[in-house]
Amino acid sequence: MSTTTREQPPKSALRTRGFGQYADRLFTGFLILAGASVLAILSAMVIRTVYDAYPVFVYQGFFDFIFGTEWQAGFARNEFTGTYGAWPFIWGTLVTASIAVVIALPLAICVSLFITFYAPKRARTLLSYSVEILAAVPSIIFGLWGLLWFVPNVLHPFSNWLNSTLGFIPLFGGSVPNTNYFHAGVVLAIMILPIITAITREVMAATPPDEVSAAYGLGATKSEVLSRVVLPRSFGGIVGATMLGLGRALGETIAVLMLIGGSQRAGYRLFFAGDSLAAHIAATFQDASPETLTALMGVGVVLFLLTMVVNVVARLIVWRFARSASAGDAL
Amino acid sequence: MTESTTSSSSSPTGHTSLTVQDGNARRRKRKNAVTRAVLTFLMALAAVPLVLILVEVVREGAGVISWEFLTQRESPPAREGGGYAAGFVGTGIMMLMAIGIAVPLGLAAAIYLVDYGKGAFSTLIRFVTDVMTGIPSVFIGLAVYAILVLGTGQVISFGGFTGAVAIAIVMLPIVVRSSEEVLKTVSTDMRRGAFALGARKWQTTTRVVLPAAAPGLTTSIMLAVARGTGETAPLILTAFGNVNIVTDFFNTAIGAVPLQIYNGARQPFAPGIERAWGGALSLLVIVLVLTVIARYIGSRASKAHRV
Repeated sequence: MSTTTREQPPKSALRTRGFGQYADRLFTGFLILAGASVLAILSAMVIRTVYDAYPVFVYQGFFDFIFGTEWQAGFARNEFTGTYGAWPFIWGTLVTASIAVVIALPLAICVSLFITFYAPKRARTLLSYSVEILAAVPSIIFGLWGLLWFVPNVLHPFSNWLNSTLGFIPLFGGSVPNTNYFHAGVVLAIMILPIITAITREVMAATPPDEVSAAYGLGATKSEVLSRVVLPRSFGGIVGATMLGLGRALGETIAVLMLIGGSQRAGYRLFFAGDSLAAHIAATFQDASPETLTALMGVGVVLFLLTMVVNVVARLIVWRFARSASAGDAL
Repeated sequence: MTESTTSSSSSPTGHTSLTVQDGNARRRKRKNAVTRAVLTFLMALAAVPLVLILVEVVREGAGVISWEFLTQRESPPAREGGGYAAGFVGTGIMMLMAIGIAVPLGLAAAIYLVDYGKGAFSTLIRFVTDVMTGIPSVFIGLAVYAILVLGTGQVISFGGFTGAVAIAIVMLPIVVRSSEEVLKTVSTDMRRGAFALGARKWQTTTRVVLPAAAPGLTTSIMLAVARGTGETAPLILTAFGNVNIVTDFFNTAIGAVPLQIYNGARQPFAPGIERAWGGALSLLVIVLVLTVIARYIGSRASKAHRV
């Protein structure tokens, strides 16, 4: 009847009156600005550090800066007098992070499997809760605990034993100082364990239950279900989680700073007291001369590039495999 | 129950009982038991560090915490007594400022991502925010130093403001991403209901969506605060540390609890180390209390939403 000749409803009196008509647009504009500020902050940080580091890259050459093994800080105000090669720090960063991942990854996979498939329901929440709590402990406390309790009481005796029994292998040979790559790496492993575990657990919990039941139906034992169904299914997510842990380990500062040693050389032994990118920045910043400060900016840029590559790849993988998982919570 | 595989397969009827284990069943069963044992053992092993840290920090720190520790400034490293008041004040000031910067900005960005953003731009923001959680905090400290201190020609120097900006940048992506997850759980029906009553979009957001998500948002903010409170590395480059109580935010180096722990731990003097343990215990209590309360509110909130 009235479908053809419907009257236009009267325009809302409120809709066009006063300030109200602009409110929505203003609000939206404010939100867009807030969203864009994230991009602005990141690009400002990158641009400014690259700008400040540029002179040292020119002076030393970008690749000489990265692969140079000599770090001799100068003390000039307006010129470069030292030699700046960041390789010892890059090497230390890579070595400690690798040690951390090698230790933490198998442990994290096993913990996730246990929590998801073996633990009784009540214990499950408690266990995952305590893993999350471990993630919340500030890194300065890991550093303090590592330096004053864990290394002297547990790790150093173990390293000494390793050194005396396997010392004929160059990797384990030499002296065992109190702080070294290995000690920093082990504490890093403890720190990244909860991050890898949290995401791995989410991914494993997302294994299609049908496939698990089907495997049981075919007579598989629990260990077979885990190794043939759950692990292959969550492989991608585990890779992503590992890389997130790796990214964290590469960028960790304080705990590493307190446990790595702080010499400005690269060593090819496990028990070498070296230095990492992040630790070197924090350790020398307060005494840095203007020229060294520029070089530290260069170290910062290298650290940023290294962690960004790992992080971007990790995020892409995790986004693909665990999109719904609120993995960000654990970070 | 036949035990051997040969006798079961030579049953006269050709029928094999289900309870019979033939072939490699025993080996598989044994492997299953081994897997179970290994996983249980490793779970226990992974739980050990958490227990060790908590026990050790409490054991060493409990004796140090006193009224004096909370209210007095630190005495020279080798001397007994004094406390972390400078650190508590500094951390408090910087956290308040950091919250003031990071929370409104982070919440607004999260609202944008959930209700307003569309297409590639919001995906880009979401991705960049995710990636930002992985930026080393020491790089953030370095960059904030470069922008604020070098960039202003030292008009703004080391101190509370510079430190607070660094902590805010650490907190920002955490606030954005976890708030986004929370806001997503607010049901679309509530938004529709608000629209149906004639509310504008901004009214819907501020009067309906935000209150509904409030408990969850509290959780995300508290988690970010817990994270920010414990940050040390960026403060070395921005706040610079001070054992005096500082109330000037812009141009005086300011103390923070993590910085005082760091300085105390490196000293060869027993009193300084003791105070560091005390500082560690107080920091741990602050951070864990925030985290646990946040998780508790969060779990209640997510239950409420599910109804």
